[in-house]
Amino acid sequence: MNPFEYTRASSRHEAATMAAGGATFIAGGTNLLDLMKLEVMTPERLVDINRLDMDDIETTADGGLRIGAMVRNSDLAANDMVRSTYPVLSRALLAGASGQLRNKASTGGNLLQRTRCYYFYDTAMPCNKREPGSGCQAIGGATRLHAIFGASDHCIATHPSDMAVALQALDAQVEVESATGDVRTVELESFYRLPGNTPHIETELKPGDLITAVIVPPAKGRRQTYRKVRDRASYAFALVSVAGVIDMSDGRIAHASLAFGGVAHKPWRNTEIEQMLVGETPSPNVFVRVADALLRDAEAQGDNAFKIKLLHRTLCAVLTELTEG
Amino acid sequence: MTLHLKMDDRDDRYRLDDMVQGLVGTATDRPEGKLKVSGKASYAMDALPDDVCHGVLVRATITHGKLRNMDTEAVKVLPGIRTVITGKRMLRNPAQGMAGKAPIQGSDDIAYFGQPIALVVADTLEQARHGALVLRLELEAKGDAVVNPHDPEASVEKPKTEQVLIGDLDEAMKKAAFTVDQHYTTPGHSSAAMEPHASVAHWHGDSVTLRGSYQMLAYNRAELADALGISEKNVRILAPYVGGGFGAKLGISPEAVAAALASKELGVPVAVSMTRQQVFETTMRRSETNQRIRLAADGNGLLTGIGHEALVSNLPGEDFSEPVTQATRFLYRGENREIVHKIARVHRTCAGSVRAPGEAVGLTVLEIAMDELAEKAGIDPVELRKKNIPDQDPTDQIPFSSHTLAEALDEGARRFGWDKRNPKPRATRDGEWFVGIGMASAVRVNMLIESQARVTLSADGRAMIETDMTDIGTGTYAILGQIAGEMLGLPMEDVETRLGDTEFPPASGSGGSFGAASNGTAVMLGCEEIRRQLCKKLDCQDSDMTLKGGYAIVGNKRIALREVLDGDTLVGEGHVQPGKAEKKVRQATYGSYFAEVGVNSVTGETRLRRMLGVFAAGRILNAKTARSQCLGGMTFGIGMALTEELIHDRRDGHLVNHDFAEYHLPVNADVPQIEVVLLEERDEWANPLQAKGIGELGICGAAASIVNAIYNACGVRVRQLPATLDKVIDGLDEPA
Repeated sequence: MNPFEYTRASSRHEAATMAAGGATFIAGGTNLLDLMKLEVMTPERLVDINRLDMDDIETTADGGLRIGAMVRNSDLAANDMVRSTYPVLSRALLAGASGQLRNKASTGGNLLQRTRCYYFYDTAMPCNKREPGSGCQAIGGATRLHAIFGASDHCIATHPSDMAVALQALDAQVEVESATGDVRTVELESFYRLPGNTPHIETELKPGDLITAVIVPPAKGRRQTYRKVRDRASYAFALVSVAGVIDMSDGRIAHASLAFGGVAHKPWRNTEIEQMLVGETPSPNVFVRVADALLRDAEAQGDNAFKIKLLHRTLCAVLTELTEG
Repeated sequence: MTLHLKMDDRDDRYRLDDMVQGLVGTATDRPEGKLKVSGKASYAMDALPDDVCHGVLVRATITHGKLRNMDTEAVKVLPGIRTVITGKRMLRNPAQGMAGKAPIQGSDDIAYFGQPIALVVADTLEQARHGALVLRLELEAKGDAVVNPHDPEASVEKPKTEQVLIGDLDEAMKKAAFTVDQHYTTPGHSSAAMEPHASVAHWHGDSVTLRGSYQMLAYNRAELADALGISEKNVRILAPYVGGGFGAKLGISPEAVAAALASKELGVPVAVSMTRQQVFETTMRRSETNQRIRLAADGNGLLTGIGHEALVSNLPGEDFSEPVTQATRFLYRGENREIVHKIARVHRTCAGSVRAPGEAVGLTVLEIAMDELAEKAGIDPVELRKKNIPDQDPTDQIPFSSHTLAEALDEGARRFGWDKRNPKPRATRDGEWFVGIGMASAVRVNMLIESQARVTLSADGRAMIETDMTDIGTGTYAILGQIAGEMLGLPMEDVETRLGDTEFPPASGSGGSFGAASNGTAVMLGCEEIRRQLCKKLDCQDSDMTLKGGYAIVGNKRIALREVLDGDTLVGEGHVQPGKAEKKVRQATYGSYFAEVGVNSVTGETRLRRMLGVFAAGRILNAKTARSQCLGGMTFGIGMALTEELIHDRRDGHLVNHDFAEYHLPVNADVPQIEVVLLEERDEWANPLQAKGIGELGICGAAASIVNAIYNACGVRVRQLPATLDKVIDGLDEPA
């Protein structure tokens, strides 16, 4: 751990101003502290935002939800409103990490957690995400965890969050306050970036931007689930995951939102396949066609070739589950 | 006075059965249990001295080559840095179990990625860690490092002792009614003990005291002395509590020597704890194995031949070679036998003893092959095993000391409801899940290792045991106290057990499942000696003396021990050595596993639903700690079957998944209700306790029962462990 300064912010403005000057926010610290101990991240200044007043869950005027950035994962998963209206979110949260970690991890921090790529975590390995321009040692290496969508020659890492996948399927927005006090909202879809040739830049956040809340619009479907496939029953990152929000009308699919975890640098979404589903009468043939379309552009890295078949099967199973009855 | 015993012959005295205190065999709580659960038991890095400095190891970041230089000056100017240790005494890797001498030393020659080549010492842990991470190394890589055992460039050796050739297996395979000829692989494993390897060294003049986390202190003392170039007399090791070892702490490891070197230079205590990543990279791994099994059976399913070929790996210069085929020599019949054992030299983390070396992976593969044979021959898997139990060791042609496999198979089948099994895969479905059951035999060789202990009966009638034995979570404190209490007629609270200090008589240490029986025998002998002295005081024969509840009963007299002692303190030392008994008979422990799994028909995920283990290990000394040992072994079996795998980068051999997030041990959610049944047995050939080792038995073959259950569930035969979903998913759409 490199020497660092620590400041506890007393206002959002103070926190954002410090961050604009190069400080790194610390919330739950469940990922950052590990990365600092390994010197994968070496911030010289930390600004603690744990005491800032951002831990409310409120209903919005249009019937959606505004989740404060400091709401802990455990509290969010247990919230009555979330459980009844956004069960996909509650399930995704509870599928992640462990009880102890969820007690500490924040909503904003969960969005910003770093990849679990083995090579990112090992400072002896070249990694464009950790050290831009040094190369990607994961390519050609151990790639069980890696991306099948949207990877580049510079980075094949995946985003590890479960929560973000559910939020993606719920069309969530991120509320951001800049150091100058401007507040803007960014669609989650455009909040995250693909690696391209700048894998170290993971989001649209600029220095000094502070995530203040996540805004979830009213759910477009009551049929929701989050299915996470993993190597052990708990405490493992997703090999693939599917968040689904479906609405049915007269035996046909009226709405479909689908997001996928463990397969890309960001929670993966493909609106083309969602459109393919709308108006269809659910059937195995339809689901296979949709899964084929999703995976048409998938590209395996070697060890992760199984993910293509696995995601295909998992998507079909999720669609079957959500359209039954 | 010392009572010596060389175990040359069977011991039919059943001494413990003559005793009446009623402690041995009961589910006695660990005397130190409350300290442990309340955080008061002091492990290696607890209760650090005030003036302690912290050291953090620095690793090599090449696979094979030379350390040319390091920029220590740049690090020494950082805040808090006290020194940087490197040089010819640094250990390349830990000592192998029971080596008793230093392993290869020197930081200049680098043999694997992750080798510790320096120690940065600072006032605080954080300063040392930072210094270790920023220390610039000048390394010269050799380009030709072989990192994969299958590399055609790898040098491959055939250790002489492990090859067997009896009869003509090729011919037996040709003539057989049913055969299996398959290749299997198991990956590397890490012991992954909860407590990382840690040492605190402190010198007083020419002598060093090391507080460490080690399994075999008498050996570790010799290894550390040799590594430092000093006399054993000047080394004291303390390890009163050890947070798990599982083989990884058998031999002295790099942090201990580095801590001692740093403490010598600085004149203050130095503490070095490995990071979790370092534990994975620089302590022993279990070798990956490539195995071929050939089974030849006649029309009745009787084996006529067994072939077992194994390729394992280790670093150049290491004599340990995973004894994969150890139990294949004697578990099943078959007049034609061929065992071939090869070791490839690779530049990977050192391979050594990890969780039941040999049977854990070798028996598991044999038991998967037996399941394949059962299916081919149309014979129930339990029956197939029972009918192939040999009358004597078919390789070494010696009798068995005792044999409980048939009983364990029958008892397990009965309790598990094996008769309800449908042998056809995919016959049972629960929603999305295919449900299946499987079984396997358990076997583990039994060993006796030289061991000593001192028992003191004080004038106040209380007993104290002193030995440099360790309790690595196994229950040593409990069982030694029980043995002494039983022999001397004292309740547990009147027996104090002191372990983990090389000032005490040297013990076997904990390893190879031999600790309880070996050191327990030494304690028993020490107590026999005290009984002899008591008899002298009472002027009676031992057979006329009953000791119970702190009293001696002779004839119609009942006298308090305090009275008998009359102010005297009696000391008895026990010393046991292995003898001819181990050559005269084949000694082993046996058992059976039964497992039920669900395999998800969509994803190929396997989740264990229930599991039963039935074990016999001679006299059970403590029903509670013995059961816990078996539970732990079976849990490791779950990991081996389903999740655990050391992943090496195929280009440079470096260990990729070196933390608990990515090296997947089973978590609570992976471990359903597990049942353990212990069978009553006495093995007169083992030792005077008639007890055998139980620590490792619970993992030997356990994974096979799960893999076999996967086949019964979904019709997919997994031959490359672990059975992660990618090994299953492709077979789910094929006809069962």
